[in-house]
Amino acid sequence: MADRVGKDVIVSGASLSGPASVAVSPTMLTVIEPARGWAPLKLAELWGYREVLYFLVWRDITIRYRQTIIGMTWAVIQPFMTMVVFSVFFGRLARMPSDGIPYPVFAFAALVPWTFFASGLTLSANSLVHSGHLITKVYFPRLLVPMARVLTGLPDLALSLLFLVGMIWWYGLLQARPALWWLPAFALLAFVTALGVGLWLSALNVQYRDIQHVVPFLVQVWLFATPVAYPASLLSGPWRTIYGLNPMVGVVDGFRWALLGSGSAPSLNVAVSAVAAVLIFLSGAFFFRRIERTFADVV
Amino acid sequence: MPSMSEAAVRVDNLGKYYRIGTSRQAGQLLLREVLSNLGRAPFRRIAAGTRHLRARFGGQHASSAGEPNHIWALRNVSFEVARGQIVGIIGPNGAGKSTLLKILSRITDPTEGRAELRGRVGSLLEVGTGFHPELTGRENSYLSGALLGMRKTEIDRKLDEILAFAEIEKFADTPVKYYSSGMYVRLAFAVAAHLEPEILIVDEVLAVGDVNFQRKCLNKMEDVRQHGRTILFVSHNMAAVTRLCQRAILISHGVIQKDGPAAEVASAYLSSSLRTSAERSWPSPESAPGNEVVRLQEVRVRDEAGKTVEHIDIRCRVGLEMTYEVLTPGHQISVHMSLSNESGVCLFGTGDLDLRWRDPRPPGRFTSTVWIPGNFLAEGAIVVSAAASSHQPFRRHFTAQDVVAFHVTDPLEGGSARGDWDGEFPGLVRPLLPWTTTFGNEISPAPPP
Repeated sequence: MADRVGKDVIVSGASLSGPASVAVSPTMLTVIEPARGWAPLKLAELWGYREVLYFLVWRDITIRYRQTIIGMTWAVIQPFMTMVVFSVFFGRLARMPSDGIPYPVFAFAALVPWTFFASGLTLSANSLVHSGHLITKVYFPRLLVPMARVLTGLPDLALSLLFLVGMIWWYGLLQARPALWWLPAFALLAFVTALGVGLWLSALNVQYRDIQHVVPFLVQVWLFATPVAYPASLLSGPWRTIYGLNPMVGVVDGFRWALLGSGSAPSLNVAVSAVAAVLIFLSGAFFFRRIERTFADVV
Repeated sequence: MPSMSEAAVRVDNLGKYYRIGTSRQAGQLLLREVLSNLGRAPFRRIAAGTRHLRARFGGQHASSAGEPNHIWALRNVSFEVARGQIVGIIGPNGAGKSTLLKILSRITDPTEGRAELRGRVGSLLEVGTGFHPELTGRENSYLSGALLGMRKTEIDRKLDEILAFAEIEKFADTPVKYYSSGMYVRLAFAVAAHLEPEILIVDEVLAVGDVNFQRKCLNKMEDVRQHGRTILFVSHNMAAVTRLCQRAILISHGVIQKDGPAAEVASAYLSSSLRTSAERSWPSPESAPGNEVVRLQEVRVRDEAGKTVEHIDIRCRVGLEMTYEVLTPGHQISVHMSLSNESGVCLFGTGDLDLRWRDPRPPGRFTSTVWIPGNFLAEGAIVVSAAASSHQPFRRHFTAQDVVAFHVTDPLEGGSARGDWDGEFPGLVRPLLPWTTTFGNEISPAPPP
């Protein structure tokens, strides 16, 4: 446990300015040793590489929209079309209850965080396999790869949120909601969950390429296990709490509560979701760190 | 040069163990295989599962080294590099050079041993790390720079210099997918060259680009060295290694075969890869080339002092010496040698024309040496063949193909045909010839012979 690969006594990239820094800085020592067992997360190193994370996110966002004609509009079209389909089939045909809110707004409020989560999860699950050219050629904390992929969804999330606010106004539901301040917390919950699952899947995907076929199926099942098309109020009592083990339940409920005032304030359910998300994330991060040493040999 | 007291790089008993797959890449399994294993006896499953996990994720190899599909890509590798030293790492393909660089760059883990690097490490294992075809030259400079370890503020400051070094200022905002390969390589190297690491790990990057740009890169590396930076440099280009490095390490089959002055190690590598050294002798007459008339005893490459040399300064004379025993009297014998380069191209043949030995020779031991002048052979490996024959009637006694080899190096101190040029130099031979240049109608006198 004590033995670590590439333990930087001083986090790499310590202050460097101008050619003067070329003069030997005896402080920086990199020790390379075989790693055994569970590895620490090395958050300090991660922080030292924050600019790499920034550039990876920036690269993905730039490239994603450079080749498209309608660019960022895609961020809205995807959840919008899903919303239309849901509204027709669940709202109109199945007459799904929607907590007294017009079904399109009800569905879209859930689809905004859901799309962020689902695309973040899918992208990060395949991130390492698609970054083989980097992983085999240059060192940086590998955690940044799936992390960057999830963060890449942030502009889309912001844009679709904006669209959602427009929809709320269109339906005449716009009003001052103090609970709005909770929104970033729910977005963070979605991020942590997507990253946590993404860490598990991306690391496993390097070892077992079958994972990439599992991901779409997983996302689909997860969608129906989350109250996107239907209200969480369909479940009651202790089932609600167990249901909350799916962190996206807390996220979707939270979004609807903060934006539309439906349901109740964060309670035990959301706490369960938060704890579940943190557990998924931590286990994913430790698992990832444990097997990341084999990535370059296998990918 | 800064203090040498502390090694910049210290490698201690480094080893890397690989599982080599058959059809798939190492370590990659299909989930199906794992699941079908799980379906079998649960107890065996647990035992096998933990062994599998330990082997896979635990670093410690559970299986024994004797297993056929496991290899040590690197084993018991130890060396130290002083600050400011440029060390060339050479060896055949698959010898473990790249594995060593990958471990030192922290891309992959060692299986055993330890390495310490003191100072900021920059590694260039490919041209254009992180380059994306859709991004512009400017954008790629940032991305690649950040991945190679530069701060954003540092790149901000150096960007103009990088674009100027790469000579692509006009195309800074063009996506690199529209670049020519030359432009691409220049930009990639320009970013890397501005990294200013204290320890630079380079894998064959110099093998690309046009000659002028290579020269620029070599100068930049020289610059780097003068700043007291340490460079580890993997290359197949022996000329570049002997030119750039004071020291070289020869790795073969995952272990260090030789570590010492670059020219020596380079020639050791060349002779080992050519399977010849600078000296060859046949202790038992039965195995030696020859017949009942004359038999070869020894062939060697010597300098003027008489010492056997594996490498020779391009400016110095080199002697090729063959020792043979005449067994039967009454034969007129002439001896020849021919020289080829690394690619097997015969450079020339030469024979002893001395009239004294045109008469039948008495039995006994003879030594014939041909002297090749300095500033005549080109840099690189030279392979020598020796032969003996008789005329009237013609009879070939022996032809010993490729018996010895040596290496011609240019230390770049002037006095050779290179002048002050340190890039690629064409030609099978490299004579230093007299030139005259006149201005206007002046007729130049022939130079003194």
